[in-house]
Amino acid sequence: MLVSVSQEVTGLIDRALCGERSALARLLSKIEREHSSDVAQLLLGENLGQAHILGVTGPPGAGKSSLINSLLPIARQHFDRIAVLAIDPSSPFSHGALLGDRVRMQGDSLDDSVFIRSMASRGDTGGLARAAFGAITAFDACGWPLIIIETLGIGQVELDIVNVADTVLVVLNPGWGDVFQANKAGITESGNVFAINKCDRPGADKTRQELEESLRLLHADQCPRIVETVATSDRGADDLWQVLLEHQHALQAGGHLEETRADKRRQLFRKLMVNQLIAKLDSALASGESEPLLADMMAGVISIDDAVHRLLQIGQRSGHS
Amino acid sequence: MDNSQKRILMAKTGLDGHWRGPTIVARALRDAGFEVIMIGMASTDDIVRAAVDEDVDLVGLNIGGHINVALRAVNSVQEARPGLPLFAGGTVPPHAMKQLQALGVEVFPPGSQLAAIVESAERLTHRSS
Repeated sequence: MLVSVSQEVTGLIDRALCGERSALARLLSKIEREHSSDVAQLLLGENLGQAHILGVTGPPGAGKSSLINSLLPIARQHFDRIAVLAIDPSSPFSHGALLGDRVRMQGDSLDDSVFIRSMASRGDTGGLARAAFGAITAFDACGWPLIIIETLGIGQVELDIVNVADTVLVVLNPGWGDVFQANKAGITESGNVFAINKCDRPGADKTRQELEESLRLLHADQCPRIVETVATSDRGADDLWQVLLEHQHALQAGGHLEETRADKRRQLFRKLMVNQLIAKLDSALASGESEPLLADMMAGVISIDDAVHRLLQIGQRSGHS
Repeated sequence: MDNSQKRILMAKTGLDGHWRGPTIVARALRDAGFEVIMIGMASTDDIVRAAVDEDVDLVGLNIGGHINVALRAVNSVQEARPGLPLFAGGTVPPHAMKQLQALGVEVFPPGSQLAAIVESAERLTHRSS
């Protein structure tokens, strides 16, 4: 089976690497649907790590898509091609999804130099989608020099983007929480650059002040920059892009890029490993083999701890799923 | 969660401002387990680019305004993605319905049942890969 899969995927990869857009699009589907690890493996020989990866995250409705839309024409002056991976949540009930980010990205600036791909989270809990990592590898291998990843709207801890992106832009709005929200773990720790979008609304000054205070406590010297924007009228977009570019340049100039990426890769490895383990245990739990075990636990014959221990053994025996 | 979800592009052609129809249809499709990519009001170029880049399994067009715009969109999508099924809804006059059907587009005029649209999406997205 692996052979036939590889043949088809190898063909797609060859065409995608030659710049055939529809082949890249189909390759992304392959990564998403079935063959994530096969594809990633096949792409390893390619020239990876050339792309700059910009993550855009923040609460739902903060204006992430709109802000990306107003950044695109400016970013195009520095990068000849831009890939956007826009992630939205899957319904935990129907497994369906409404992917609406693209609605905000329909400006006149769009042409073949921009490749937007919408992706449903499909149960991933880290703010991305499991296939996001493979998709980024594919864009990178195909020579897209800037990859923008929009996470789904996050709360406080869905921050896998930190381990994927070189630069993380956090988008907030006036009236976002208060000083206590800002000091909670998560969002403020994850950003390299912050945008207070919809800054024409009341409370922008207060939000900036509280965010600044919180960031100053976190960062002794290099405090992340905060830019005020109104995405729908492109206000602040030039400034924001400059700040994002400066972060990228600082990473490269400081010689920390490789080191930072290696650290992130290690974190990502751990996360993916844990995900696989959970999937494996879930399937062990769903298998008939665990039934007697659960029955014994329910009947009080074995303890819940013991049941967990035995399930782990079933999971180990069942091989890869 | 398995990974068999089919992807549908939903676009509006023409200069018509009504969102309710496509939104309700998109919700019904989502609730039936589809991943629905909305692009709102879009030019033919935008629709074609989205159909290719998103590698969707089906394109849904909400038709408002001139039928020729919709026919051009259908032709262009079929040229860029041969064999990709399309369906359409909205205020489609009878003569336009025939023109669309002649191109292989399934048409759901006003009064169509959501269940029929969902059934059509399920039937049309059973592609092999």
